[in-house]
Amino acid sequence: MSAKVITITSGKGGVGKTTATANIGAALATMGQRVACIDADIGLRNLDVVLGLENRIVYDLVDAVEGRCRLSQAMIKDKHIPDLYLIPSAQTRDKTAVSPSDMIRICDELRPDLDWVIVDSPAGIERGFKNAIAPADEVIVITNPEVSAVRDADRIIGIVEAEEKGTPKLLINRLSPEMVKQNNMLSADDVVDLLAIHLLGIVPEDKAVLISTNQGTPIALDNKSLAGQAYQNIARRLMGEEIPLLDLDKGSGFFNRISSVFGSGD
Amino acid sequence: MDNFINRIFSKEPSSADKAKDRLRLVLINDRTDLSAAAMENLKDDLLEVLSRYIHIDPKSMRIDITQEGRQQRLIADIPISGPVSRKY
Repeated sequence: MSAKVITITSGKGGVGKTTATANIGAALATMGQRVACIDADIGLRNLDVVLGLENRIVYDLVDAVEGRCRLSQAMIKDKHIPDLYLIPSAQTRDKTAVSPSDMIRICDELRPDLDWVIVDSPAGIERGFKNAIAPADEVIVITNPEVSAVRDADRIIGIVEAEEKGTPKLLINRLSPEMVKQNNMLSADDVVDLLAIHLLGIVPEDKAVLISTNQGTPIALDNKSLAGQAYQNIARRLMGEEIPLLDLDKGSGFFNRISSVFGSGD
Repeated sequence: MDNFINRIFSKEPSSADKAKDRLRLVLINDRTDLSAAAMENLKDDLLEVLSRYIHIDPKSMRIDITQEGRQQRLIADIPISGPVSRKY
């Protein structure tokens, strides 16, 4: 078995890339998968605090790239879930410390012993982003139902396609069903209609996400929260299961109408 | 359909409708690298060339870029009012 490398990117900052990386990784690991999450945002290390592993870092991605440690020494074992690992970013270096071919080499070294490698991309469309998508077998573009995030997502989709990484899949984060109902927020249908790529999942706006991040425990481990369930479902879809979208608008099944027909945009 | 009903029953489009309409135009501009001004120029140039062969009423001419999936399409709807009278 060889791991599949998935890169999570967005263009715009602050839409939830790091949270999604941590939670998709955690959700896959709870299903018995062997997972490594790589923080590719060199100089702005964050995935460690979201996973609650900030106190365990000895070596980082740049140490592994530059040969100061073996790759396995830069892999930090998660404290909650067996077979979940973090490869943290370097905090005192910048994005030029790693090249796209370094990322490909690191991921190729990880592939034989894992099922999934999830790469957390930095915001923007420059070197750090290029590093992050270089090793990807598949790209997930994350956006919020908001004009600037959707615009940047569209730009990123175009670049990912131009880099011959295939058409990315879409994750809509922080959707508020109440605001959609009041016609004051783009619906998931609207966003899918505009971006015209396959919808992998919708994560609703959920206060529990911030609370779990405060505690350094991924929300994906909390089956009672809607966001946790959404991430579990996304992980199962990545595993190839056909899971309907969560009924966020309880009763009407509004979101259940969205189906995989949108995947034909390639 | 929800948007359609909204437009019938309220004069002011909702903020979500506005966002979608604005984004639709912005994405077309971003993807084609054609601004609204460039579209006007395109229309003028097209009109000039076509007018050498057929008679067109500029006011009835319609040119739009539509979206089909991630593919953009230039659609021109140009009613012909008659042939250009040839000067011998």
